[in-house]
Amino acid sequence: MIALFFRDLKLSIRAGGGAMIGVLFFMTVVAVIPFGVGPDLNLLSRIGPAILWIGALLASLLGLDRLFQAERDDGSLDLMLMQETPLLFTVFVKCAAHWAATGLPLVIASPLLGLFMNMSEIAIGATMLTLLIGTPAVTFIGAVGAAVAVSLPRGGLLVSILVLPLAIPVLIFGVSAVYAAIEDPAPFLPPVMILAAITLFFAVIGPVAAAAALRHASD
Amino acid sequence: MRLMAEGLSAKRGEDLIFNDISFVLDASEALVVTGPNGSGKSTLLRVLAGLLRPESGHLKLENGPPEIAHPSELSHYLGHRNAMKRELTVAENLSFWHRFMGDSPGGRGATLTEAVEAVGLPDIAHLPFGYLSAGQQRRMAMAKLLVAYRPIWILDEPTAALDAGADRLFAELVKTHLGKGGIVIAATHQPLGLDRTKELHMKGFEHLAGDHWHDV
Repeated sequence: MIALFFRDLKLSIRAGGGAMIGVLFFMTVVAVIPFGVGPDLNLLSRIGPAILWIGALLASLLGLDRLFQAERDDGSLDLMLMQETPLLFTVFVKCAAHWAATGLPLVIASPLLGLFMNMSEIAIGATMLTLLIGTPAVTFIGAVGAAVAVSLPRGGLLVSILVLPLAIPVLIFGVSAVYAAIEDPAPFLPPVMILAAITLFFAVIGPVAAAAALRHASD
Repeated sequence: MRLMAEGLSAKRGEDLIFNDISFVLDASEALVVTGPNGSGKSTLLRVLAGLLRPESGHLKLENGPPEIAHPSELSHYLGHRNAMKRELTVAENLSFWHRFMGDSPGGRGATLTEAVEAVGLPDIAHLPFGYLSAGQQRRMAMAKLLVAYRPIWILDEPTAALDAGADRLFAELVKTHLGKGGIVIAATHQPLGLDRTKELHMKGFEHLAGDHWHDV
């Protein structure tokens, strides 16, 4: 299982891997916003957390469709289905590796992009923390979509459409937690707890559902 | 160890591909599946590998390890695709499968060096898999059969893209595997040059396909 984790990490860093694509997309989206909105610093800092979260959400959806499709294309998926190790562990490890390669860089890049949006230190810190807690949920939800669309040649957009409604709660609680951190009356902890709960929930449900979908897609 | 298939049939979509296939394979026996294109050889092998659910019938393993749920857990499956990543080196690919698959009870996989030597390509394990020619890629996919021990080998057109020398080398690998008490099921047109071989000739449902054609 550790071997699978490191293989997937290596693959995403090598040529043709998707590790940098997500971050570049994230940077592009966020860097363009100030030009579109105009030089209103107050407005930018007000919408900053939401923009960062939307950018991160879309960026983490970007490479998801290849999660199982690449394995299917070269026949590796067949071998993974045949093993004694339960498929859901395999799916879980693949999700973890995918998040480490594409989600974690988003978290690391977010402070820099927070500066673009004229955000305060607290807002940047809160955004980083909520992204760290919330983006794994997007990967686990996305794994289900990726598994359902595994045999479709152009499943990319379909995966995003399937996954987005389920990822909306992550976005809502992520953004509301950041606003709770910068605006005084609202408490910070409850939305963060709910966000963590969503991530844990999908960390269990996602691999189970994705494994079931892969089994049925195998013919 | 004894592998038994009883009354297997499979469908692709609505069409029955084959019907009522039964066979028994003891240790050290090979089954060669022949037949024209589209007669269901690959489908049968995918059923045997547990990748397709049979429409009827079942697959049983006698005298195998007790904790095995399906014979596929004791099987290697080499399909049309090689299950190797083009971006990784051959050594990385093989050591990944070695660690990921592990060995079945009752045997030990070859080390990486032994495996690439067995397929006759000891010098190119450091190259990315995508750099190799089609024949070399196929040989390295066979090295994958060696790095993790599995008593049952399910091989779909294993010798496609191979030259005559590699054909012999492959027959040698199969012979060694059978000699150690393994079971080999292969869909192939090439004679493997083995003595204890059973043959299954698949005819397909030509007449059914014909009827269907008239209806349309």
